[in-house]
Amino acid sequence: MNQELLTPLLILSAFLFFTGVYGFVTRRNMISMLMSAELMLNSANINFVAFNKFLYPGKLDGMFFTLFIITIAAAEAALAIAIIIHVYRQTKSIDVKDADQLI
Amino acid sequence: MFTPATEAILIPLIPFLLFGIIGLAGRRLPEIFSAFLGIGGILASLLFSLHLSVSYFSEPVQGAFVLKEFFSFPWLNFSENLKISIGLVADPISMLMVVVICSVSLMVQWFSLTYMKGEERFQMYYAFLSLFTGSMLGLVLSSNIFQMYIFWELVGVSSFLLIGFYFQKPSAVAASKKAFIVTRFADLGFLIGILLLSYETQTMEFKGILDYFKSGNFNPEVSGIWMSHSLAAWALVLIFVGAAGKSAMFPLHIWLPDAMEGPTPVSALIHAATMVVAGVFLVGRLFPVYSLFEGVMQLITWIGVLSSILAAIIAISQTDIKRVLAYSTLSQIGYMMFALGVAGKAGAEAGFTASFFHLFTHAFFKSLLFLAAGAIIHAVHSNEVENMGGLRKQMPIVHWLFLIGCLAISGVPPFSGFFSKEEILLNAWKSQPLVYGFALIGSGLTAFYMFRLFFLIFYNKSHSDVHGHESMGLNFPMLLLAIPAVFAGFVPFSSYVTSTGLPEETHLHLMFSIAPVGVGLLGIGLAYLFYFKQNSLPEQWASKLSGLYKLSSGKFYFDELWRAVYQVALIRALATPAAWIDKNLVDGGLRMGAEKTLRLGDRVKLIQNGKLQDYVLYFLMGILALILLTLLMIQS
Repeated sequence: MNQELLTPLLILSAFLFFTGVYGFVTRRNMISMLMSAELMLNSANINFVAFNKFLYPGKLDGMFFTLFIITIAAAEAALAIAIIIHVYRQTKSIDVKDADQLI
Repeated sequence: MFTPATEAILIPLIPFLLFGIIGLAGRRLPEIFSAFLGIGGILASLLFSLHLSVSYFSEPVQGAFVLKEFFSFPWLNFSENLKISIGLVADPISMLMVVVICSVSLMVQWFSLTYMKGEERFQMYYAFLSLFTGSMLGLVLSSNIFQMYIFWELVGVSSFLLIGFYFQKPSAVAASKKAFIVTRFADLGFLIGILLLSYETQTMEFKGILDYFKSGNFNPEVSGIWMSHSLAAWALVLIFVGAAGKSAMFPLHIWLPDAMEGPTPVSALIHAATMVVAGVFLVGRLFPVYSLFEGVMQLITWIGVLSSILAAIIAISQTDIKRVLAYSTLSQIGYMMFALGVAGKAGAEAGFTASFFHLFTHAFFKSLLFLAAGAIIHAVHSNEVENMGGLRKQMPIVHWLFLIGCLAISGVPPFSGFFSKEEILLNAWKSQPLVYGFALIGSGLTAFYMFRLFFLIFYNKSHSDVHGHESMGLNFPMLLLAIPAVFAGFVPFSSYVTSTGLPEETHLHLMFSIAPVGVGLLGIGLAYLFYFKQNSLPEQWASKLSGLYKLSSGKFYFDELWRAVYQVALIRALATPAAWIDKNLVDGGLRMGAEKTLRLGDRVKLIQNGKLQDYVLYFLMGILALILLTLLMIQS
């Protein structure tokens, strides 16, 4: 199997991850932060798939993990948006700076 | 009807129960009802104790009265050698004491019915009297020295409560605190003595302690010698310190005169007849042990002699009638103490009998004198002799009763005090003539100051401006006490109470009694000259002997001495540095710790500000740090 494709994939995933981190830390909008979190999760997905594909070709563990992560990400997105809506109702804003109280 | 053991339990238990009932019910109980509860309870105890002592004295074991244990069950088992049990015992002196305590307590409670009428906290007064009586009865019946110590402290507490009964008066509060602290201080010695003695004998039971020393197992070398005396001797000295504190021996006597701030019947019960002789009782209980140690006996003798003489000298110049009686109590307890002390010498063993004989007669005539003083104070509303004088017309019965008490304490035959004092002097003569000399002087002084008091109260002024009156409620218990005060001397005491337990015969030596009675009569005559009619003799002699007079009226400056001692030893050497350490090191350390914690909290709380993205940054930094650490560890 062609191992050379692994490194670019890892670079891609690292790039995605740090884009996510950067977005999560700098964006004030909670929806944008949620999207950044999704980027980080997906970078992890890429890692799982890549390692599974290139290092343990006969197995499917990495794929399963990816499926789980996608499911959890969906659930988490629903939950996060619910929280964001709730915060919006309380503070009339979705800026994370305004949500510094445990109301 | 009752077995002796049940009776022995009931005697102290009834007053204790009544203390609980009267004390808890408090004001909800009508005054007269709580008084009758107290009096009825003590009457029951008196009947039980009379029955118990009659049955005890009618059944000698092989002709001797021995320590008889009713029951004893283990209470605290600390280790193989340190066990504390609870039990009751009977021996001649405890049987004697229960009868004395119950009868005096009964008379005092009866007297208080009139004396304390209308008093606020009347019910509590009876509750405290019951508590005191119960603890005192428990003390004399205790089967082991530790149980005795518990009751010892209980009588101290009830004495404290009763001295401070008028707690609105600052002087009463001060007196109650003084009494408690001084006796507690002495009890520290007692406790250490108990521990040392039980270390030596491996038991706390009186029976065990007496057997240990009787069996000849005792070897002073085994447990060590300190300053050329054995451990057991030191233990006995420390126990005697406790006894001296309770019995107000010099120099620990300072609390007793001040304790007169309490109600007068209390002084009659606690500070004349019962509690203050607890020290004599304690030494008497351990007498077979004490008599093995010549040095300790000498100490007891001379402390007793010193107390009896100094107290008698002080009593001459006091003007508060209760204080005169308090000092005379001190003096008489001094007699009992040195009678025990001289009984260590061969040939003078009857000093033990004499001591308890005097305790017995003294309890009656001194409580009679105190109750009479109470009746006088009740009528005159003052303690000072200046406010009295010429009272014999207003109070004829009290006058005769007081005279009986004075004659008894002065040792005039055939009153009770004559017999007991005679016995003491005889044994002092047999043992140490020097002690006898002091005792003779003391008995002259006793007669002088008692009759000085008597004449100042009832004669001196031809007519008095006070409108005193008598009341039968006060006179009747006194009349009952006057009977034993006159006739108690005819009790064949030595056939019941002796140091060995074997009955003995004592005879009155008529030739011997000439000197003591003569000295007593001389004292009475002098008092007659000085005080029967108002004249200038007392002032003249006071200025002639001004040095001695000042010493006497200043009470030999013992209070000042103690104050100086405790100011230097306690306040300056101990309390001031301790307060400095507490304020600066302990408090300062705590305060510094609190301040630092507060500062740290101020800084730390900035981290937790609710800003989500800051948290993420900290989290990331943590992760990065961990990764770096891991990389470094892999590298190395």
